[in-house]
Amino acid sequence: MPAQIIESRPRPYNRVELDPITLDIIENAMLNARWEMDAVLFRTAMSPGIREQHDEFPMIANLEGKMVVGQFGSFIHGFKEAYDGTIEEGDMFLTTDPYACNGAVSHANDWLLLRPIYKDGRLIAYASMFGHMTDIGGKVPGSLPTDARQIFEEGIRVPPVKIYKNDELQEDVLRLILHNCRLPHWNRSDFNAIVAAIRTAEKRVLEMAERFGDDVYYSALEELLDRNKRAMGTLINMTIPETKQYFEDYICDDGLGMGPYRIKCAMWREGEKVIFDFEGTDPQSISSVNFYLNEEMFKMFAGVYMIMVFDPQIMFNDGFYDLMEVRIPEGTLLKPRFPAALSCRTHALGRIFDILGGLLGQGNPDFLCAAGFSDSPHFMYSGYRRADGEWYQLYQIGFGGIPGKPFGDGPDGHSLWPSFTNVPNEFLESYFPLRIDVYETLTDSGGPGQHRGGNALRVGYRFLEPGEISIHDDRWLTYPWGVNGGLPGQRSRKILHRTDGSEELLQSKCDRIKVEPGDLLYFDTWGGGGWGDPLKRPAEQVGFDVAAGLVSVNGARRYGVVCNEDGEVDESATEKLRADMATERGDTLLFDFGGTTEELKARCEEETGLPAPAAPEFQNWFGSAA
Amino acid sequence: MSFRLGVDVGGTFTDLLLVNEQSGEMYTAKVPSTPEDSSIGVSNGIDRVCGDADVDPGDITHVMHGTTVATNTILTGTGAKVGLVTTKGYRQVLQIARSFVPGGLGGWVIYNKSLPIAPLALTIEADERVGADGSVVHELNVESLEAELQKLAGKGVEALTVSLINSFANPAHEQQVREVAEGVLPGVPVSLSSEVVPEMQEYERTITTVANSYVRPKVATYVRNLEQQLNDTMSGVQLHVLRSDGGLASADAAEAVPVNLLMSGPAGGVSGAIWIASQADHNNLLTFDMGGTSTDVALVQDGQAQLRRETTVGDVTVRASSVDVRTVGAGGGSIAHVPELTGALRVGPQSAGADPGPAAYAKGGEEPTVTDANVVLGYLPAEVRLGGDMKLDRGAAEAAVQKIADALGLSLMEAASGIVSLVNENMYGALRLVSVEQGHDPREFALIAFGGAGPLHANALGRLMSSWPVIIPPGPGVLCAYGDATTRVRNEASRTFIRRFGRTNAEEAADIFADLAEQASQALDEEGIPRSDQTLSYQADIRYHGQGLLLTVDFELDDLRQQGLDVIGDRFDQMHEQLFTFALPEDKELVNLRAVSEGKPTVVRALRVAEGDASPAAAEMVSHEIYVDGGMQQAMLYDRSKLKAGNVITGPAIVLEMDSTTLILPAHEGQVDEYGNILITPSNS
Repeated sequence: MPAQIIESRPRPYNRVELDPITLDIIENAMLNARWEMDAVLFRTAMSPGIREQHDEFPMIANLEGKMVVGQFGSFIHGFKEAYDGTIEEGDMFLTTDPYACNGAVSHANDWLLLRPIYKDGRLIAYASMFGHMTDIGGKVPGSLPTDARQIFEEGIRVPPVKIYKNDELQEDVLRLILHNCRLPHWNRSDFNAIVAAIRTAEKRVLEMAERFGDDVYYSALEELLDRNKRAMGTLINMTIPETKQYFEDYICDDGLGMGPYRIKCAMWREGEKVIFDFEGTDPQSISSVNFYLNEEMFKMFAGVYMIMVFDPQIMFNDGFYDLMEVRIPEGTLLKPRFPAALSCRTHALGRIFDILGGLLGQGNPDFLCAAGFSDSPHFMYSGYRRADGEWYQLYQIGFGGIPGKPFGDGPDGHSLWPSFTNVPNEFLESYFPLRIDVYETLTDSGGPGQHRGGNALRVGYRFLEPGEISIHDDRWLTYPWGVNGGLPGQRSRKILHRTDGSEELLQSKCDRIKVEPGDLLYFDTWGGGGWGDPLKRPAEQVGFDVAAGLVSVNGARRYGVVCNEDGEVDESATEKLRADMATERGDTLLFDFGGTTEELKARCEEETGLPAPAAPEFQNWFGSAA
Repeated sequence: MSFRLGVDVGGTFTDLLLVNEQSGEMYTAKVPSTPEDSSIGVSNGIDRVCGDADVDPGDITHVMHGTTVATNTILTGTGAKVGLVTTKGYRQVLQIARSFVPGGLGGWVIYNKSLPIAPLALTIEADERVGADGSVVHELNVESLEAELQKLAGKGVEALTVSLINSFANPAHEQQVREVAEGVLPGVPVSLSSEVVPEMQEYERTITTVANSYVRPKVATYVRNLEQQLNDTMSGVQLHVLRSDGGLASADAAEAVPVNLLMSGPAGGVSGAIWIASQADHNNLLTFDMGGTSTDVALVQDGQAQLRRETTVGDVTVRASSVDVRTVGAGGGSIAHVPELTGALRVGPQSAGADPGPAAYAKGGEEPTVTDANVVLGYLPAEVRLGGDMKLDRGAAEAAVQKIADALGLSLMEAASGIVSLVNENMYGALRLVSVEQGHDPREFALIAFGGAGPLHANALGRLMSSWPVIIPPGPGVLCAYGDATTRVRNEASRTFIRRFGRTNAEEAADIFADLAEQASQALDEEGIPRSDQTLSYQADIRYHGQGLLLTVDFELDDLRQQGLDVIGDRFDQMHEQLFTFALPEDKELVNLRAVSEGKPTVVRALRVAEGDASPAAAEMVSHEIYVDGGMQQAMLYDRSKLKAGNVITGPAIVLEMDSTTLILPAHEGQVDEYGNILITPSNS
């Protein structure tokens, strides 16, 4: 039975006529409220993952549960369908189970809170926010075990519960949850911070309704949703062809030595509607690299990518959802069946953005971006300090090369994720037993192009206490591809230097690697793909990058540029080299993947030092996959 | 007799305020600015004000000056060629920055990052390492450093910055690098991050130190020339420059740490606003300074501007205390447009700037700006002018705004009114940032408006915020000069000292504070301010252990010694609860300790205007038609210079003066107080 909404004074809202200015004013006010939610959270949260790196997302929805401001679209419809209980004034819901909210959060580390907002006895809006908890228990510190076979190994799961009832915290429930976490005081503080952010949103919503009147506020939210739908409708008609477009990309492995896993998507338009179909995507994995993809969330990703170039100031919302249909076959990597493990979904989640870029861009090469830093690789380090036995536990997100894009170069060592920032290394060194010996981007790792892909980031972790590390990364086998003649970026790798002078090449995904004081890990992420013909990049710009050390003298030759270490260009030699390269190369490629998956696997050991992954053995306890 | 002089150099006018230090009497002067060499305008102004007051310039002992030189150097990218020395492995610290890409999901698609202000090609590494606890992990390799520095020789480096990892905990290696650098690159000034901002966080410390080096030559030249020129007519005069935090720095300190001057201009306005409003007994203020391309807002509580440990200019955010001024990229020159796809009205972020400027300036601008909307609505009367201000072309403004009207299917007046409402909404958002979002109730604050466009929009904002009265001080330029003339000499000394409460004690902390106080006082000693005239105050930046935020707590040193760390801790709990609705049982952690030393405040008596009765009839000019609240209405125009204390102006009305225009809305009235401020309130209150 779907959730039952209880109102003490139920009465319908009236849709009233609005002047366009009031609408724009409410739009601004809603956006301000959304940013304010972030500000409150960042300032009061404790785990570095939320407060420094900003792994969290806020939302304000209308009374039907459609997202009016936010980032990833609304899950409230699915939640209401699945939740067998009441929604009442004074409630605040908590859930962490992807299977219970139709993938609104995609692993159990993300704690999702939802607040129905009531005014004068009737529901007027919802506010919601989720944040990534550093630890929720389970078999490994950080609660992201690559080798988990079931979600039960990945820490505590919370079904939708009323963590506040009648505005009273259900302390017992919270205690029970915190009891299962390795760093309960972080979870408690971060939980408090999320609650404070949601209460801020509630205050703002009520103020707005008070200021403009309930009916005007209600109507404005409806109108904002409609406005989005009209804009997207125009855009879909303009840019999406009726003939099917295909694109596919891969995650390299599953942490169990198998891979790559294919994600495939087709896109076409039928009338005013665009259809995305993931038919052909590989079946679900037996490890935890599955990504429970919420269809609505995917619509949001697609919509944002389409509109970013046309009116970046727009407040993006759910209004256009009827214009998109998303088909994800059950039992696949993107819609695994319960109780498949989900914790390491970050790679497939990231890869979705490269797929979207390729799908949408192939028909409009002017707006096509290269493959980017489509992941948020994790690094975890934990153990007991020798002196006092105190437990330490670090969870960090890595950064890399933003792709070359129609508007310019990709920044070096940056984040593709909205609002993420790195943690100051001096902060890390003060609070964790390690030193960051190196923090720099890797020369030549960005894909050459008319617009250069950003360089990969190298972080050199020097460990000062014995402990264990986990690494979750990808794109070590497949390349971050280039477009419109641009070349691929450099792939990722991880090298551990032991104090005895030996070197170990680590797998891209691994848990429980023992480290000793003095060991040094080079955590190298990957570069962004290049955009456009590198031979067309102005030679003096290549020279500038050489002088800066971002491209080497040898690397400059990939742009057909001959220069010295100070970046001074030899113009006649450059002209000749470029002419020769153009002749030899012939036409440029729309996409440069660096080879087929078969070719990449064949060259794998020789190029990466790691054995090629075996063909996946899919999880099929339920019979054959879709 | 001795005098002090406040000088504010604005884009159009240079304002001066001369104060008799014994009697508190003062004299003002306004002369045109001379942008090609602002010292000419200053010199003209001094002649004028001294002539009017019949004062010998030689009797002026102190000159206080707010300047935008540092800010403009960053905004126009015309700073020094800065070389940078980092720890090995950190050469790209500015290139990587905080890895942040603005703009939300997909924002990277349109994000192009600006280049670091210390070019990578001029950044070298020192082979050395200090740990987070200040211990030396390995010594500086002098030989390799010399070789690296040699590479910079001949590349025209004008300033060198040294920022090594963990130097906040131990500056020894930075000092060593300076010695070596002075040998290899003689004559190149060297700044150390451990001296400019000895605080944790390598990127912030580096960018702050680099920004300091970047603006230093320009600021130094400017300050030295001004000092020289002042000394020509007033021998032995002391020049002070207003800092971003609203304190005064000596000319030498300004020259050495110019990164503290980035907000000097806005801080002058805020200081002046505080002072003039305090004369009228308003000590809780929201300041609203709206100019052509941007608007600055700040909150003042109990006569103190809120400070924050961060200053942003353009793309550059540095760690330097400044008055917590939030800047919105919207002002009179902001351009309105309607994107075809969404059909929404947007104002900004593009600005017509000074050139071509709004369409109404008839200098070739065709895009509709906020100023044009104000002209169309009649708030900026094109027909009636006072001397000095710009001629306005109403036809051009109408043609520009008509484009918006057509795109939205509205009448000309509705479109103009929409543009003004939307820009007001942006300002409202900024005012909320400093008030509601910091836990302050705007109804307990007065709104004080200045800047060229502030008084036009202030009444509407007062209505949105319910902040009354709205105070329009006389003359926006004089206000900054007031700020310059009335602020105190101020110096602070700070140190990062990260300790959980459980792992330190009040005595240890108090001893450090006492050391810092001594450091802070010494700078004032050097300016000849006797200790008896110095006031010390103490601050701690603190958080719950594990949090990222820092809240600044003020306290008395004696209380700390007697009552222990809870003096700081309890105040922190209260602030946390006020800001975020909850406090935590977690252990608290000290992060930065700071002592502030201030000189004596100046005695200044504000200028008074002549007494009159309630009727402002003597200042009436003509009746004029404006569009307001959805229809055309007649509004009286008033000449501000003829208003008298006690006059009450009933809205709708417009008050004109040489460099600003005030709009009083229907159902509101403006009362002129004894200092010439117009205090706007709703009529029925």
